[in-house]
Amino acid sequence: MKLVYFAWVRERIGKAEEEVDLPIAVTTAGELLHWLKSRGEEYENALQYPDVIRVAINQQHVDHAEKLNGAREVALFPPMTGG
Amino acid sequence: MAVFTPDIRIQSADFDLAAEVQALTAGRTDIGAVVTFSGMCRGEAGRLSALELEHYPGMAEAEISRVARQAAERWPLQGLTAIHRYGRIEPGENIVLVIAASTHRHAAFEAASFLMDFLKSRAPFWKKEHQADGSSGDWIDAKEADEEALRRWNLEAQG
Repeated sequence: MKLVYFAWVRERIGKAEEEVDLPIAVTTAGELLHWLKSRGEEYENALQYPDVIRVAINQQHVDHAEKLNGAREVALFPPMTGG
Repeated sequence: MAVFTPDIRIQSADFDLAAEVQALTAGRTDIGAVVTFSGMCRGEAGRLSALELEHYPGMAEAEISRVARQAAERWPLQGLTAIHRYGRIEPGENIVLVIAASTHRHAAFEAASFLMDFLKSRAPFWKKEHQADGSSGDWIDAKEADEEALRRWNLEAQG
């Protein structure tokens, strides 16, 4: 699965995107955040407060409870500040 | 319901408000009201040298197009344009443009306001400050007031 990161999530993790193989137990967006947090200091730093992280699956906003269901692209980013 | 496709553009280049209004209204005799909103980069009294706007390519276009179509179904519009810039934008420069055209002013004002409220907190863009003194700037935090502005439209839809 392709993960893409934006804004300070991207800066703290230190990369804009990566390919990951998810453990079978990771089935929702929220579980993905929890699993990523355990992957190292930079992830812990970026995802310290998972509640504020927004998730998009295949470029659509979703709740953290949303199933990943073999998504091809999952994006993690801070609350948007457009306009 | 809408008989037109909203004109949505995500670009690094600047835009010309007058030219965009002209393009939307040229040769039309059915438009009675045009509301434009342009958002610009503030210098914060000399503190900022620029804003860096990051966006999610693909999703930005798709999301703004989706909400623009919602606006076109909710209000009787004859035209709707939204242009959002990305990249480095200096104080005094344009960031965003929304143009709503309708038969009467009410729909044009409301649709432009609705689309801007969406852009502030739901379109995948993020702003980072560049400080004029060269020190490293921060990402701008989302504002609760922008969330409230967006909720207003949902409440109206339910009521």
